[in-house]
Amino acid sequence: MSIKKHVKLGLSALALSVSLNSVAAEDPIKVGILHSLSGTMAISESTLKDTMLMLIEKQNAEGGVLGRQLEPVVVDPASNWPLFAEKARELLAKEKVDVIFGNWTSVSRKSVLPVVEELNGLLFYPVQYEGEESSENVFYTGAAPNQQAIPAVDYLMNEIGVERWVLAGTDYVYPRTTNKILETYLKDAGVSANDIMINYTPFGHSNWQSIVSDIKKFGSAGKKTAVVSTINGDANVPFYRELANQGIDAADIPVVAFSVGEQELSGIDTGPLVGHLAAWNYFMSVDSDANYDFIDAWVEHTGKEAAVTNDPMEAHYIGFNMYVEAVKKAGTTDVEAVKDAIIGVAVPNLTGGYATMMPNHHITKPVLIGEIQDNGQFSVVWETPSTVAGDAWSDFLPGSRDLISDWRKPMKCGNFNVVTGSCGGKAEVASN
Amino acid sequence: MGITGSLSRLLLVCLLLWPAMATAQVDDSEAQQLLTALAESSFAEKKTVVNRIAGSGDERARTWLEAFAANKLARIESTGQFVIVLSNRGRNWDVESATTGESLGEISRRDIDTIRVNNSLRNELESILSVIDLKSPDENSRLTAARALKGNVDDGLAQQLPDLIEAETASDVQLALTEALAIYRVEEQGDASAVAVLSGSLNSEARAALQNAARSDDPALAAAANKALESIEQKLKLNRAAETLYFGLSLGSVLVLAAIGLAITFGVMGVINMAHGELIMLGAYTTWGMQQLLPGQPGLALVLSIPAGFLVAALAGIAIERTVIQHLKGRPLETLLATFGVSLILQQLVRTVISPLNRTVITPDWMSGSVMINEALSLTLNRMYVIGFALVVFAGLMLIMRKTRLGLEVRAVTQNRAMARSMGIKATKVDILTFGLGSGVAGLAGVALSQITNVGPNLGQNYIIDSFMVVVFGGVGNLWGTLLAGLSLGTINQLLEPWAGAVLAKILVLVFIILFIQKRPRGLFPQKGRAAEG
Repeated sequence: MSIKKHVKLGLSALALSVSLNSVAAEDPIKVGILHSLSGTMAISESTLKDTMLMLIEKQNAEGGVLGRQLEPVVVDPASNWPLFAEKARELLAKEKVDVIFGNWTSVSRKSVLPVVEELNGLLFYPVQYEGEESSENVFYTGAAPNQQAIPAVDYLMNEIGVERWVLAGTDYVYPRTTNKILETYLKDAGVSANDIMINYTPFGHSNWQSIVSDIKKFGSAGKKTAVVSTINGDANVPFYRELANQGIDAADIPVVAFSVGEQELSGIDTGPLVGHLAAWNYFMSVDSDANYDFIDAWVEHTGKEAAVTNDPMEAHYIGFNMYVEAVKKAGTTDVEAVKDAIIGVAVPNLTGGYATMMPNHHITKPVLIGEIQDNGQFSVVWETPSTVAGDAWSDFLPGSRDLISDWRKPMKCGNFNVVTGSCGGKAEVASN
Repeated sequence: MGITGSLSRLLLVCLLLWPAMATAQVDDSEAQQLLTALAESSFAEKKTVVNRIAGSGDERARTWLEAFAANKLARIESTGQFVIVLSNRGRNWDVESATTGESLGEISRRDIDTIRVNNSLRNELESILSVIDLKSPDENSRLTAARALKGNVDDGLAQQLPDLIEAETASDVQLALTEALAIYRVEEQGDASAVAVLSGSLNSEARAALQNAARSDDPALAAAANKALESIEQKLKLNRAAETLYFGLSLGSVLVLAAIGLAITFGVMGVINMAHGELIMLGAYTTWGMQQLLPGQPGLALVLSIPAGFLVAALAGIAIERTVIQHLKGRPLETLLATFGVSLILQQLVRTVISPLNRTVITPDWMSGSVMINEALSLTLNRMYVIGFALVVFAGLMLIMRKTRLGLEVRAVTQNRAMARSMGIKATKVDILTFGLGSGVAGLAGVALSQITNVGPNLGQNYIIDSFMVVVFGGVGNLWGTLLAGLSLGTINQLLEPWAGAVLAKILVLVFIILFIQKRPRGLFPQKGRAAEG
């Protein structure tokens, strides 16, 4: 590939010196979009595809990048994890895309990972995840646990005075790893094991009666109690509905959720949820001009006045702009050059600050805590004083504590063990 | 405590004098000043400002505080004018002036700075407003206010409470106030004599106060609190048992509703219809559609959805029967695969035509909330309606199968198709009607489920396995079996859940069914007679 690419590079450099325009017409930058448009994940992922199309359209209207237009290549992995890998291969090997934006669930990312590494592609992953991963070919623009879960727990502990904790989650890798991290974190902070209740439910769980009643019981021990929820997707609606029906409001037992955003709330009657919390790095209600412009563009793109924006959309906004800046900086779309150029690139985020790509391929983000309002939006009640850099390897998991990731030369290692001083110090990952 | 204590005492005097001062109004500059202070201070400082506003005696204060609690008090960025937001959806918000009440029309969200509120402020506001409500002539609002005071009484209020209790005419309000005062005395003053008032109380604040008291250093207080707690625990145990039973019945009734349509198509007709879940989904979407057609009347829409959901699902069922199932008669494996395909098609159709996102189905007021039996046991209303609805649907189906001509013909056709035809029964017509009936009942289940779970393209998938489980466990072809199987599986699941967790409980129920089917392959109520043997 490299010889072919070098020849191609040389040719385009030659062409560039002759005429800029002819290159633009011949050779667009291909952007692969790998989001499910059918199946169970279509509910979350299809909006991200539209976000990407909107961003590409806008960039093209501004003249593209390096005088070249951007061309979206959309595929549908249909919420089917093995199909994600096949579609990624199709994008890289057949379509020869320069970059991929895609995935939502961790399991789909794990399925794509070997393909992207084998074919040396670039993948921008826009969703908050459990960490414990760092790949040379992947850029994590969503939050790592230290950019969402831990600040949220800090807020509850310090500002609300919570002493008793319910960690409730859906039974899969993200909640299990996050809860393991939180459990260690809470115990380090002096919370006794009796004051922590951990509960897992299956995907799409809809009968919350006895669990909510348990939470109520757990919360009536005379200590301030909060629920930290990593409950995923559809299961949230019946959960919140049951909370309201059993008379638990946010003043008694607040629920802080990591997977509930504006889009999920648009399917719920939010009246009874007012005051429950969510931790994200972006809310649609954020008061900044960049955000209002983004919302205007999104409403115009979708043609729906009631269209909502959410955190993973902002992650794609940041990721896309970072890619554009990196390509400009490198002067080429060559994967190696872009990988080197993108570290340290800073672009505006939608909350009025800047996001910077760190050497571990995670970005800096502010952490916001919002309370649900009756109009399905969040009102920000607390935010970190400055942005927080994403940590690929959690400090609160054994084995992962000693690892760092740095993709700059000369280290170029995703899991450098600072104790043994060697790269490839495998972490004892919590679960697979 | 000193400063805030005296401040709130002062405030309380003002509040209790409220009706006398109701006509007063502070002048505009002062109002502007108060609201500016509210807008510009931190959450901690806002508490004092809120108390100042409440104490100002201005007649508009209540409106301001209510709007503030609802996150609807705002300031126009460009003019500095304070407004109350009337509608806060979309990019332009409808507002009116907070000081004059005059409408200002729609203003862009960019220009509106909402004054932020958080949970602890909202709590503070609630207790301020409930102190005002204690003077309300309406007994119900006094009762709500008195209940809200439990655990929220401060020094100032505690001094006023004995007088208020004396003056109170309604006995339940009096009781609530007495308890609120007793909680305060146990908590703040360690008063052992107040413990007696709380013994037997099921209120969670009371229990929390007693639990803290039981850990105290004062042996007399700790002993009294422990004794009171013991009697409470006794009562609670009974309540919890009743609660678990209710949870079980309610989950059971959901299972029965989802499965009973299948009991007809699969149980009676023998058709393995994997698209049954999607027929349920269609019923739920019909409810959503009705609510879109009748905006502002969710209750009426829900009632109308019952016949509409039945019709939509029945017609869809008949269409499936005519186009797919009738061609595959007697080939169960092909039927299974073909209907599975139909189910995928229906799901994707909804995703493409309507939206991949969940739809909001509003719960009417008369179905939300719960009936309070006592302070530890309340039965959620939506579940109660679903239990009732399931029983009504079951009774209706039994009537149709037992007492009507259609029921007779269905039973005749399923027992011996050739014989029935030779007796002049149009078997094809019976097939269509039976499948339509089963599908229509699935639609009814969808209408009910729209009130307790998500209305989205995946709704049906979550119930298809459970439905087959119930029908097989109950005994194929027996409606009573379906009822009993649904209710008992629901109860077993809810009994297991508290100690096994939701995931394990589900697995245990499945294992139980597998073992049961090994022992009794025909389920709880096996069909007897020659028809069953054949």
